[in-house]
Amino acid sequence: MITFMNNSDSEEEPCNERTSLMSAESPPVPSYQDGLQASQAGEAQAHRKRRAGSSRGPNNIAGGEMSGSGVPVRESILENEEEELTLKYGAKHVIMLFVPVTLCMIVVVATIKSVRFYTEKNGQLIYTPFSEDTPSVGQRLLNSVLNTIVMISVIIVMTVFLVLLYKYRCYKFIHGWLILSSLMLLFLFTYIYLGEVLKTYNVAMDYPTLFIVIWNFGAVGMICIHWKGPLQLQQAYLIMISALMALVFIKYLPEWSAWVILGAISIYDLMAVLCPKGPLRMLVETAQERNEPIFPALIYSSAMMWTVGMAKPDTAARGPSQQTWDAAEDGREHLRSPSHAESQMPEMRSPVPTRPVTSIEELEEEERGVKLGLGDFIFYSVLVGKAAATASGDWNTTLACFVAILIGLCLTLLLLAVFKKALPALPISITFGLIFYFSTDNLVRPFMDTLASHQLYI
Amino acid sequence: PAFGLFIFTIARDPLRIIILIAGAFFWLVSLLLSSLIWFIAVKASDPQDERLQKGLLIFGVMFSVLLQEAFRFLYYKLLRKAIEGLVALSEDGCSPISIQQMAYVAGVGFGLMSGAFSMINLLADALGPGTVGIHGDSQLYFLTSAFMTMVLIFLHTFWGILFFHGCEHRRWWEIAAVVIMHLTVSGLSFCNPLYVGSLVPSYLLMAAAAAWAYLVSGGSAQNLRRFLLCKC
Repeated sequence: MITFMNNSDSEEEPCNERTSLMSAESPPVPSYQDGLQASQAGEAQAHRKRRAGSSRGPNNIAGGEMSGSGVPVRESILENEEEELTLKYGAKHVIMLFVPVTLCMIVVVATIKSVRFYTEKNGQLIYTPFSEDTPSVGQRLLNSVLNTIVMISVIIVMTVFLVLLYKYRCYKFIHGWLILSSLMLLFLFTYIYLGEVLKTYNVAMDYPTLFIVIWNFGAVGMICIHWKGPLQLQQAYLIMISALMALVFIKYLPEWSAWVILGAISIYDLMAVLCPKGPLRMLVETAQERNEPIFPALIYSSAMMWTVGMAKPDTAARGPSQQTWDAAEDGREHLRSPSHAESQMPEMRSPVPTRPVTSIEELEEEERGVKLGLGDFIFYSVLVGKAAATASGDWNTTLACFVAILIGLCLTLLLLAVFKKALPALPISITFGLIFYFSTDNLVRPFMDTLASHQLYI
Repeated sequence: PAFGLFIFTIARDPLRIIILIAGAFFWLVSLLLSSLIWFIAVKASDPQDERLQKGLLIFGVMFSVLLQEAFRFLYYKLLRKAIEGLVALSEDGCSPISIQQMAYVAGVGFGLMSGAFSMINLLADALGPGTVGIHGDSQLYFLTSAFMTMVLIFLHTFWGILFFHGCEHRRWWEIAAVVIMHLTVSGLSFCNPLYVGSLVPSYLLMAAAAAWAYLVSGGSAQNLRRFLLCKC
């Protein structure tokens, strides 16, 4: 995940706003062995998008160029103050990210605990061709490593493809892909999910009602994600699709492969974002050169960007990104979505356009928003969901992983505030999560069980 | 009640939430290390010997208490550094959050985590069918567990305040008192299922700690009276 701080100028604002209408990639449908059709291309695209979405380039320089007409001294003062503001409001942004991540995890854990469907093994994805039902441990380990290699290479291929598309400005293609992915995600997966939930609670629902409900849900979702909509609704939809995707992953990835994949993905994220030749980094830098926001389809944003055109009246102030999660779907292959948290400083222009000329030079208040890639949501939820599903220590392990991931997120945002560059969000949290999962499951659980049976307290 | 504390006092301010989660994290790490030690000890010993197992368990509990206090100290150090950073960053030269508030939040963090770990599996099982104490154990298992957990959470909160206060003013005896109190409470829980032995003294200790923490935080009997009278 890439986190970076964006000091976008007011000049860039209109530009950002306009281009933020990029649709999200539709995640590719994974091919299930039970006969679902998978659109490979869709996935690849989604994958790409994800990647694109997740990387964001550092935008600090923008702050400097911002008031081109301003006095250099003023600029530097602005920058300093902005830095202070950044760090000072950092806590607020951390919370703004905590809440959706927590919500997503809660949804995933609640579903895992109650709906049996997602913990039954019904086959594997085509991206994890090696089965884990082998008798010997060594064989199983080997298979899971091979699965991981296959998955990661798929992700890499898709990301590179996406970056190439972006570089060569094939926007229509990307948009189409995103739309397809999100369509599939919103309709198909929701249908499955709803079906399973209704089955679990033994509630009968007839097909017409189901059709109407899903149609409404999907249509509103498409509009919200790809076009305009209230920020809260956009965020809610993004969280929901992240949760759906995470559930699908939890169901269809075999045990050991899932853990190895999580680890491999964080390493990959680290490399893809920080290495100079990494695809994500290239994506972010390209987007910054062109002064466009990174694909709005793949990123969750926590604040509104208000833009005021300098010479024109207020343009629509809409949520900066509803980055769809399409990538997530894409992500079957694209499991990892480099999420990057970006701290943006959308400038809140005064809504009175009476002084357009001076509005550039005024020190506008900035409301920062932080952006996190949807892939990050998904992988965090996959980790916690797996902990809930497979750990024998049940809630203790889940709780431990949850706290570990939140702390990792905190640390990542702290690093973001310090480095002011796009940073990968996955590695730290996933590492903490993995460490805590395995240690809690094996070490803490027997201890706590024994304590509880004697009713001792520590 | 602990959740009520959380909602009313902590959920407003994002900085406090972060400190809370970090506090929970530190407690978790201490638990991890102590269970590691216990696990190694158990593996290295004879699983059949009942008395030895019990003894090891007691040892594990004591060690865990000591580790928790050690981590509380580490957390204090970290928060000191953080306060300096925050002061440097803020515009008017004073920190947005005081060390006492941090102490309170840290205590709540520790308490919430320890309470959660103690209770949550119990709660999950309580949702299912079954009879309490069917094998001859006490029938009040759930109730007493709930009360014990609550008292422990509150105690952690108060210990946090006292501990930080002791560290601030370099009064080592305060810190030692906190550690001893913690050990005592854990030790008392060994009396279970003789609940009279464990719950009542724990509550008394909690009341004492509450009063002490209140005094340390600058309150007094007059403040209390004024608060109650003004509100009513």
